[in-house]
Amino acid sequence: MARPTAPGAHSGAPGAPGIERPADRTAMRPAVAAAVSTRRGVELALLAFAAVITTGALVLVEANQEQELTWALLYLGAAYLGLLAAAHLAVRKFAPYADPLVLPVAALLNGIGLVMIHRVDLARIARAASLGNSEPTQEALRQIGWTAIGLVFFVGVLAFVPDHRTLSRYGYTAGFVGLVLLALPAVLPASLSEVNGARIWIRIGPASIQPGEFAKILFVVFFASFLVVKRDLFTTAGKHFLGMTFPRPRDLGPLLVAWGVAMAVLVFESDLGTSLMFFGIVLVMLYVATERISWVIIGLSIFGAGAFAAWTFVTRVQTRVFVWLDPFADYNGRGFQVSQGLFGLATGGIGGTGLGAGRPELVPFASTDFIFTSLGEELGLVGIAALLLLYCLLATRAMRSALAVRDTFGKLLAAGLGWAIAWQVFVVVGGVINLIPNTGITAPFVSYGGSSLVANYALVALVLRVSNAARQPAAEKRPGAAPGPHQGPLAPLAEASTEMVSRDQVRTPPHGVGHQPAGRPGPGDPTDRAPRGRTRGE
Amino acid sequence: MPELVLQITRAGFLALLWLFVLAALRVVRSDLYAASGLRAAAPGGRRPPRGGTSKPARGGGRSGPRALIVTAGALAGTRIALDGRPIMIGRADDSTLVLDDDYASTRHARISQSGDDWYVEDLGSTNGTYLDRNKVSGPTRVPIGTPIRIGKTVIELRS
Repeated sequence: MARPTAPGAHSGAPGAPGIERPADRTAMRPAVAAAVSTRRGVELALLAFAAVITTGALVLVEANQEQELTWALLYLGAAYLGLLAAAHLAVRKFAPYADPLVLPVAALLNGIGLVMIHRVDLARIARAASLGNSEPTQEALRQIGWTAIGLVFFVGVLAFVPDHRTLSRYGYTAGFVGLVLLALPAVLPASLSEVNGARIWIRIGPASIQPGEFAKILFVVFFASFLVVKRDLFTTAGKHFLGMTFPRPRDLGPLLVAWGVAMAVLVFESDLGTSLMFFGIVLVMLYVATERISWVIIGLSIFGAGAFAAWTFVTRVQTRVFVWLDPFADYNGRGFQVSQGLFGLATGGIGGTGLGAGRPELVPFASTDFIFTSLGEELGLVGIAALLLLYCLLATRAMRSALAVRDTFGKLLAAGLGWAIAWQVFVVVGGVINLIPNTGITAPFVSYGGSSLVANYALVALVLRVSNAARQPAAEKRPGAAPGPHQGPLAPLAEASTEMVSRDQVRTPPHGVGHQPAGRPGPGDPTDRAPRGRTRGE
Repeated sequence: MPELVLQITRAGFLALLWLFVLAALRVVRSDLYAASGLRAAAPGGRRPPRGGTSKPARGGGRSGPRALIVTAGALAGTRIALDGRPIMIGRADDSTLVLDDDYASTRHARISQSGDDWYVEDLGSTNGTYLDRNKVSGPTRVPIGTPIRIGKTVIELRS
């Protein structure tokens, strides 16, 4: 684990080379000021900005939908800002050094999602009125409630998990609970678990939750703690083949178990999305822990084989693939949703129709699975690109925390959570633009759906927790916070003025036997498990 | 809503959205060096101005060692500026220098300052710490430029 903590974290820094070059030192000096401040002010400013954008979007929707413009809209915006400010205060209290970007980005995505859900509501109400039906329930109001619950979860996670390392002790518990949550809908009778063909729900009375969303986080926690302990198992040298180190067949066990779970989800719950999500997280966390591309290749091949097998006998998967290959072949039937979504995106074009000026409600599920076509229609490519960039920011901030945090569990946790967001967005957006078979999972923060929103707020809280540990100055580490057995002078590497210099510049003195040449790491030594540059390069 | 107003607000909203993205990216940029370990790289200023060549300017400031450099091993090229605090070496995640080496122990050695001198001390490691060719048993003074060998890693103090 030396590499990611030590030089890896600095490799992106300019001006690093040069051992004795004072000029480079001065170039780095502004970093000192940046490091000391907690940047909470930036977070608050960006949150206010997010609230302004959300309110603006709401005003535009109301104006374009010929609704009455009242001051109530501003109050709504202010209420939204109030909710966010409460979350911000919680961050100030419980994680003062946390990343300043994560919460505002999540808040903006959530706000735009709320506005879009409200906009689809208006269209549904108008249609119901013209058909003489009773007024449908306003999803936006429910989603606001879910937002509040999500923020409560957010604060709760921050408050009750003062140190992310405590989670590693509950790794197996988390994995077990996650498995139960994932399996529950398949076991329950279909009347309780099936919505639109996919059995990924638990419906209790009026509320329905998708346990898979919570299972996602629990699995990341489980794999992080599992891989910290069992990483050696996955890095044992195997055969070299095609320039990669392949694991020994007997080490494939855990991966095969994960594969079995993913396949079971695919077959018994007929849900490609959850299956893809789960297996993608497993593969990437394995890759992060071992830096071996062979795991990814093996995993992708067995997943591909399993998915192909599922395609031959699971009807729902066949339908999805059929639509994916040619959405217009059965335009009025199975391909209707995807085709309408594509038409919606085409209508939006580059600049979009303007908020409230399109017809996104023509797509079935315009506020949940297909909210991205709704947004694409009204905001256009330009707006969608901005939203995707926001997701990228969220994921990269998590990855950055993973690079900067010092403990292995935190690294794997943050990387896994960041990847979970990015991967989910890929699966959702890839599905609606017909890049991959459409899957029917929700877009994080944007889609209508309570469990997704609550789970993602909890996820973001965990990311903030890790980033707080990563950015906290060593001197201020609270004494009781680290339950680790290690005591003694704590001078972490991040505090110890390390900088990378290129290896050529280090004059290796002539003394000593067995020195390696400075330019390259040593030749393959069976006991040396340094991951980078060796497993791949040789 | 009139068409013109619609078009203006449409473009305005997209601009606002991108403004947020740009503001966020600015934060990312200003944040680039923070929390990456580079901040403490600037106890700078104390360093004598660039007077000589690549040789350390010995006449400028204190004569004691100022940095610890890894000269061999997987971390070769890492440099740690000395600021008076002890340096922990080992496989533990909270060591100053985290070694990923089968021959290193979890808490392998400590290098600490006493007066103007730096001392290396073995913390009960399995495979021992070597100063030049001699195994370190108690706290031993480390002269500048003498290699300290821990497993496959060799470090030395530089002025």
